[in-house]
Order: sequence, then C-alpha cells, then structure tokens
Amino acid sequence: MRIENKGLKEEKRIYSVSELTDDIKVLLENTFPEVWVEGEISNFSQSQSGHIYFSLKDPKSTLRCVFFRGVNQGLKFSLKDGLQCLAGGRINVYAPSGQYQLNIQRLEPKGAGALQLAFEQLKEKLAQEGLFEPAHKKPLPLLPLRVGVVTSPTGAAIRDILNILKRRAPFVKIILNPVKVQGIGAAEEIAQAIKEFNQYKEVDVLIVGRGGGSLEDLWAFNEEIVARAIYNSRIPVISAVGHEIDWTIADFTADLRAPTPSAAAELVARQKDDLVSELGHVFSRMSSSINNKIKTLHKELFRFQDAYVLKYPLNFIQLSLQRIDELSHRLNQKAGHILETAQHRWTHLTGKLEALSPLNVLSRGYSISFKLPEMKVVTDMAEINISDKIQTRLKNGSLVSQVINKITPSD
Amino acid sequence: MSEIKFEEALKKLEKIVSDLESGKFPLEESLKKYEEGVRLVSSCSKILETAQKKVEVLAKKEGAFELKAFDEEELEEK
Repeated sequence: MRIENKGLKEEKRIYSVSELTDDIKVLLENTFPEVWVEGEISNFSQSQSGHIYFSLKDPKSTLRCVFFRGVNQGLKFSLKDGLQCLAGGRINVYAPSGQYQLNIQRLEPKGAGALQLAFEQLKEKLAQEGLFEPAHKKPLPLLPLRVGVVTSPTGAAIRDILNILKRRAPFVKIILNPVKVQGIGAAEEIAQAIKEFNQYKEVDVLIVGRGGGSLEDLWAFNEEIVARAIYNSRIPVISAVGHEIDWTIADFTADLRAPTPSAAAELVARQKDDLVSELGHVFSRMSSSINNKIKTLHKELFRFQDAYVLKYPLNFIQLSLQRIDELSHRLNQKAGHILETAQHRWTHLTGKLEALSPLNVLSRGYSISFKLPEMKVVTDMAEINISDKIQTRLKNGSLVSQVINKITPSD
Repeated sequence: MSEIKFEEALKKLEKIVSDLESGKFPLEESLKKYEEGVRLVSSCSKILETAQKKVEVLAKKEGAFELKAFDEEELEEK
C-alpha cells in the first residue's frame, strides 16, 4: 500500500509485523527480566503436558501467565481460580499470537506461606474423605508388649523413646524400622516402613514420628502418602511429631496423637505402675471374698451342729441305704431293657450284612476272577489278553487258568 | 503366658473377682477360681517384671523379615 500524503513518505519506517513484534519483545523482555506481581488467579487451566495457564487480575487489569511444568512440579499447594498470589518471573512476548505474558518462576500464595496453604488444602481434602473420622480410630492395647517405632535411627526421637521405655517399661520389646524423616523421599520411606510393620505383624502398636524442627523439616509428616499409610495400618498408630505446638496431617490421621516422641513413649509405658497396683487390688479383693466365704460357711457349720441329722446320724444313714436299694432296683430293670433292645438290633444288622456279603453270592454259583499277578478284579473284556493268567474264586476255593480265547457278544 | 494377651488375663481376673464377690459359687468352685486368679496375677506380675529387652531393627531380606540388634552406643554419642 502506498502512502501518498504530504511527502512524508521517506521519513516513515515501515515495519513488518515480525520486525515490530521482535522490537517489542526485546523492549519488554529487557525491561522486565524479573518482576513480582500480585493478583488473583482466574481462567486457570492445566494442559495434558503439565503446563499451567491462567491470568492474574486485579479490579482493572488482567495479565496472562504461563507456569511451565518443569517449574511448577515443585509446587506443594494446588492452584485454583480466586486464589490471591504473588508471582515472580519474567515477561515474555509470544510472537505467534502477539501477546505478552508472565513466565512464572516462583509462585506463593498471599498471606499464608506456600506450605501452610498446602497443609490446609490437604487437611481439608482428607477430612472430606473421612481419614480423620474418630470412628475409624483404633483403641490402643491396654499393655503393648511389642512396640514398633518408625523414625530416624540417629534422631532425638528414638533416643527419647528408648530412655523412657527402658526406665518405665523394661518389659516392652522395641523394634525400630529406621527411616529418613526429612528431605526428598522421606515421606515414601515412612509410609513404606508403616506398611512393612503391617506385613510383619508382630507388634502391638506403632510410634511414628521425629523430634522438633521447622515446618519444612516436619514436612514429610504432612504428605498424603504418610497419612494414607497411617490410615490403612491395621496396627494402631501413635503419631509423635516435633513439639507440643506442631500439628501435622499425620497427627490428625493417627489413632492417637502424642505431643512429642517422649510423650508417645509415656503413653505406651504409662500403665505399668497402674497395672501393678491394679493387680494388687485384684488380689486383695479375691482374697477377702474367699475369706468371707469361708467365714460364712463356718458360721453355717456351727448352726448345723444342732441339726437333726447331726444328732441322730445313724437314722440318717439308714434312710440313705434304703434309698440306694430302691435306686439300684430301678437301675437293674432299666438296664435289662436296654440290653434287650441292643441284642435285637445286633441280630437285625448281622442278617443284613450277610445278605450283602460277596461270599454269599459265590455260594449261589457266581464266581469272581482276578487278573494275575496283580490280583485286579476283572470287570471288562479289554483288561484281559489271550494267554493272560487269571485266578477265579469260587465258594470253596480258587482256580488258576490261562485265557485261550475271548468271546464278546459281537463275535 | 506371653501368648496369652495381658489384656485377656485381666479380663479373666475381673470375671473371677466378680464371681467370687457374688458369693454364688460353692466353696470348692470358689477355691478353684481363687487359685486360677492367683496364678493369673502372678503371671501378669511376671510380665511386668521381665528384664529389659534388647532393642531390635526390622530388616527386610529377600522378601522376608528379620530382626537385627540395634547399636545403641552409636546413638549415645550423638
């Protein structure tokens, strides 16, 4: 297209779209190589390949954002429309559509920290699924004799647990399944250790935990995989993570939450003293009731000293003898009847048995043949070949013969 | 006794005590119950007084589990 007006033509520079876009790209990208933007997420979407697209908006404007998979994988919390965020990254110009966008390198929720938000989100999700339901919580055994511990073999937690159990409940057998309690792979190791104890089965209760640390240090106990392993454990689980003030997802899921590893050990050991005194109590109750019983019987005995039978024992014995006579007479009568019935039944059964006996059949002229040498009963022509030897059983003896011919009805 | 759960033993004891306290049973039976109670009390006490057990580590070897001794001295140094 030609621009004809006013002879200014030579002074105008005409860009191609690409040229202009390239200049804008250089300008924008050099001006905003690193920016932080605050806004609300809208139009959130995630592609199959894992890249995340959304817009950040405030009341007046909208900024397109892209959050590539390689960068967004480390994100602990999940994004959704309406979430207020602080996004850090650089401005890119995407030439094919002529749009500028924020290429996000870091993303944090506004207000609470990223981990805090992730915690709240997972807590809400699992609560809805019912993982924290009191109805699902298993009671602890009254006196666990075998305690499984899932923690670091070198941490403060195992040391505290051992100290307390050894002092207060030396009869408890402690089995440690050592795991990493922080860093990459810790959550998986903890979950696996809980599963292993459930396969091993030979423990009465599990203590799962670690000593104190920052929210990041305790993070493994806020991972979904640990929560699910605790929830699925058939062995009751006591969670023991950090200090009194630290609440983790593991604590919500466990059958019992101990504020610290030491407290978990106390919960297990607690009952020894109680039990010793309870046993003493039981013993004294038993003894006093048996003593009472004997005292009462003694009293009754004194009362009977004046009774008739004790004054005239002979009379009592005579009456008893008479009763014994009467009973034994009745017994004899009854016994005779039983014997008669049994004899009748015996005769009947032997008759029946005789009728069924193969010997009886032989006496009527039938015979039975056995193939030699294995003495197998011959019932089928196919079992016998010419010149086989057979033994034939008659009523009063046996014959041995050699087969010289086979005749079947079709021949 | 170790096979019998401590809890079961306590339950039995509870029953024995309430039977005895009811006074419903004849002397001979009461004495039998008392004897069993004494036996249970003593085996429960025995469990509670058991000497200290070694700490062990659960290890998986070729799909089966085995227990190894846990080196506590290493722990004390830390």
